[in-house]
Amino acid sequence: MKTNDLIIQTTTKVVFFIIFLFSIHIFFAGHYTPGGGFVGGLVMSSAIVLLMLAFDLKTVQDMLPVNYTVITAIGLIISLLTAAGSIFFNVPFFTHVYDYFNLPLLGETSIHTAMFFDTGVYLVVVGVTMNIIQMIGGDE
Amino acid sequence: MSLIFAIFLPIIIALVIPFLFKKVSNIHTGWFVLLVPLVLVFFYGTYIPTVMDGNTYIEELSWVPSLDISLVSYIDGLSLLFSLLITGIGALVVLYSIFYLDKEKEKLGNFYVYLLLFMSAMLGVVQSDHLISLYFFWELTSISSFLLIGYWYTKDRSRFGALKSMMITVFGGLMMLGGFVLLGIMGETFSIRELIDQAPILVGHEFFVWALVLVLIGAFTKSAQFPFYIWLPDAMEAPTPVSAYLHSATMVKAGLYLVARFTPIFALSEVWVWLVTGVGLLTLFWGSVFAVKQTDLKAILAFSTVSQLGLIMSLLGIGSISYHVTGTLVTTFTIATFAAIFHLMNHATFKGSLFMIAGIVDHETGTRDIRKLGGLMSLMPISFTIAMIGSFSMAGIPLFNGFLSKEMFLDATLSLQHFNVHSLESWWILFPTVAWIASVFTFVYSLYFVFHTFRGKHKPELLPKKAHEAPWGMLVSPSILAILVIVIFFVPNYFSSLFIKPAVAAIQPLAYQVPADIGFKIKAWHGFDSPALYMTLGVFLIGFILYKTIDKWAPVYERIPAKISLNRFYNGLMNLSDKGANRLSSSYMTGSIRSYLIYMFAALIILLALTMWIKNAFVMDLTNLAPIKFFEVLISLILIISTVTILVTKSRLTAIIALGAVGYTVALFYIIFKAPDLALTQLVIETVSVALFLGAFYHLPKMNKYEKGKEDRRFRLNNFLIALGVGIMVTLIAIASHSQKLVESISGYYKETVYSEAGGGNIVNVILVDYRGFDTLFEIGVLTIASLGIIGMITVQLAKKKGDRKVEDK
Repeated sequence: MKTNDLIIQTTTKVVFFIIFLFSIHIFFAGHYTPGGGFVGGLVMSSAIVLLMLAFDLKTVQDMLPVNYTVITAIGLIISLLTAAGSIFFNVPFFTHVYDYFNLPLLGETSIHTAMFFDTGVYLVVVGVTMNIIQMIGGDE
Repeated sequence: MSLIFAIFLPIIIALVIPFLFKKVSNIHTGWFVLLVPLVLVFFYGTYIPTVMDGNTYIEELSWVPSLDISLVSYIDGLSLLFSLLITGIGALVVLYSIFYLDKEKEKLGNFYVYLLLFMSAMLGVVQSDHLISLYFFWELTSISSFLLIGYWYTKDRSRFGALKSMMITVFGGLMMLGGFVLLGIMGETFSIRELIDQAPILVGHEFFVWALVLVLIGAFTKSAQFPFYIWLPDAMEAPTPVSAYLHSATMVKAGLYLVARFTPIFALSEVWVWLVTGVGLLTLFWGSVFAVKQTDLKAILAFSTVSQLGLIMSLLGIGSISYHVTGTLVTTFTIATFAAIFHLMNHATFKGSLFMIAGIVDHETGTRDIRKLGGLMSLMPISFTIAMIGSFSMAGIPLFNGFLSKEMFLDATLSLQHFNVHSLESWWILFPTVAWIASVFTFVYSLYFVFHTFRGKHKPELLPKKAHEAPWGMLVSPSILAILVIVIFFVPNYFSSLFIKPAVAAIQPLAYQVPADIGFKIKAWHGFDSPALYMTLGVFLIGFILYKTIDKWAPVYERIPAKISLNRFYNGLMNLSDKGANRLSSSYMTGSIRSYLIYMFAALIILLALTMWIKNAFVMDLTNLAPIKFFEVLISLILIISTVTILVTKSRLTAIIALGAVGYTVALFYIIFKAPDLALTQLVIETVSVALFLGAFYHLPKMNKYEKGKEDRRFRLNNFLIALGVGIMVTLIAIASHSQKLVESISGYYKETVYSEAGGGNIVNVILVDYRGFDTLFEIGVLTIASLGIIGMITVQLAKKKGDRKVEDK
């Protein structure tokens, strides 16, 4: 049976990017306002899930040809290295540092090692959820 | 070079060995490896002159400062002797292995990495002054021995032998760790030197005997003493250089080292004296008797090693009697310690050469079965000469160093008559008798080993290869050892002042302040009134007669019932634990996630309820409650309705959607209670998990496991009880935690520090990434593992369905 998905497919094409940008937004906003890497990652995965619902697994895989296991691994490594980096400065494991910088375009921005750690969390969450959903959904 | 660096040098070099093996294929990797022990043997050699005068060296490197664990390298006479043995024999063995192992066919990268790992570990064992680092290196020797025995891992026997040796030695190691911990508790220090100083106080402690026995189990397992010796014959599956190195010259002597090192602490107890002496003598006797039964060249040598280790062990035991006597008797017994160290050195020389010869015979004829061998004397004259020197030394025949130490051993057992404690009276005669019988058998198997291999009739039709003399490279190492065997016989006192006296002074610190205090001289001739002389002559006579008539009485061994052997016991134990573990885990691992959830929830209920009951933690305080608003009532109603829907619905799809509704309503609660972070997370998680549920929908099992009936009712009742229990527990905890505030809430601290110290504004997220970042790190680790597990599980399922086995393609 061929179903007519035209409306959802068209909306998804737009909505996907809105959700994606929103996930990036709450990821960066996380340190000061609600959000963070964990939620950001989940929002991102829900965007991809929406894609999967509108289209099908195979099409989504062609759209986003990424290996989620690799993404998970990269995320885990980023987090671990951020945590372990402190060892080289002779401070206890997982000591975060932050400072304020004047960046072009963005103005005064605080850069925090916690953000790198959070990036890792973000990637792991996306990688893991998508991997699981893809495996279970694709298993026929 | 620092002492600690020297310990780790082999491991550091081991890191580049695999690359050398891959990249430099035209040079045998062994030549590079050979440099390590050569450098080290010269390095330790520079310490001989000063250690001879009684100096000691110590170097400390903090390892785990919070637990007060450090790497301490302590060089005194005893550890120097062992370090020289390890590196010296190590150099010879590596040289030998270059010709023994083919560079084209063998995985030399693995072999030399393991060997260097062992070298570091063994140096660590003999130099550590800290008990915990000693234990660490001790287990490392077990592991490297495991890897080396299993080097030819495609062979079943190799794997079996490797596992067996590891099981037994690691068991002993763990026992020893227990002993170490007890020592640490008693003396409040892990330093061996400090414990030695405290020995007179420690001896009265209630843990003392326990510590003693546990440490001895460690030593006995490692040094293959009765009844733990059974791993050593099976360890002979290792390549011969390994047998020569680990299982005869060095690793198995770690137990002897341990006994020697702890003598100043434990010798004050008589239990120590009798255990060490008794087990040593029993092992000596047992090993020598059963060596004659063996038909494999290396098995003969393995049993002979067991028996020789027992000999040295018993000498150390007799030597420790010196702590219980006074006056001139002290010297009578310290001579036994002297003999122990002397024989330890001699054994390394003659047994090392014999193992190498066994390897040569195996290499050049293709078999080690002594029944197929014979008449090799004319074909392999150099090997024969070396084998004869080694065997004669082992048998205790004059002109070879074994004679000197063997006679000292007989003397030492006779000296037991002077130790008049308890009701020993005439029982002491038992010890020299056992020693004498064991010596006779030693004589027999020594001759059996060399003459049945090299004399007699040559049987070329039984040999897989055409026998010929080994290449010169293989003969160099055993020749050096054989020359040493003879040299030591002629100038024993030179070696004694270089190596033995400093070592004895380290074992007997009460009797000798400095090595020069030991006035003892080794003599080959003690005069006609020496009883040891007549014992030795008796050994030669009876031994020779027994050897000549070996075919007549050897069948007696066949009469020994196989049922009561120790090996059978070991196999049975392994089998039993294997099966038992299997049965235990399959009894509760049903493969159904429903059962697992029941275990988890039941455990949750029981643990929480018990805690609550024991701590009397339930309090209900209804004062200070916020007023209930209309909106909250409404959401609660929705929550209840959707929950009930999940329970009563017949359609799974409805249940999933209702579950989603529950989740979204909870998110609403979060919003009302001003927790936007939680609400956001809950909302997204709910979305994703509903999607996941829908994806898995197709695969879920039937809602009811059973059709209607009795089983169905019991299944429902179980679920009902579990659900009810969890619900009640969570409610009780919620009420109780609301009603009492035992400690001040931590949120104040977060509020104060979140901006000033963590540089953030959102407490929830800062908790996740900073305050409790460790949790998050592990959480994402767990998530990753879980997703990999799911991938593995489903991929395997898919492959099974497709009926092909190409799981790797996916």
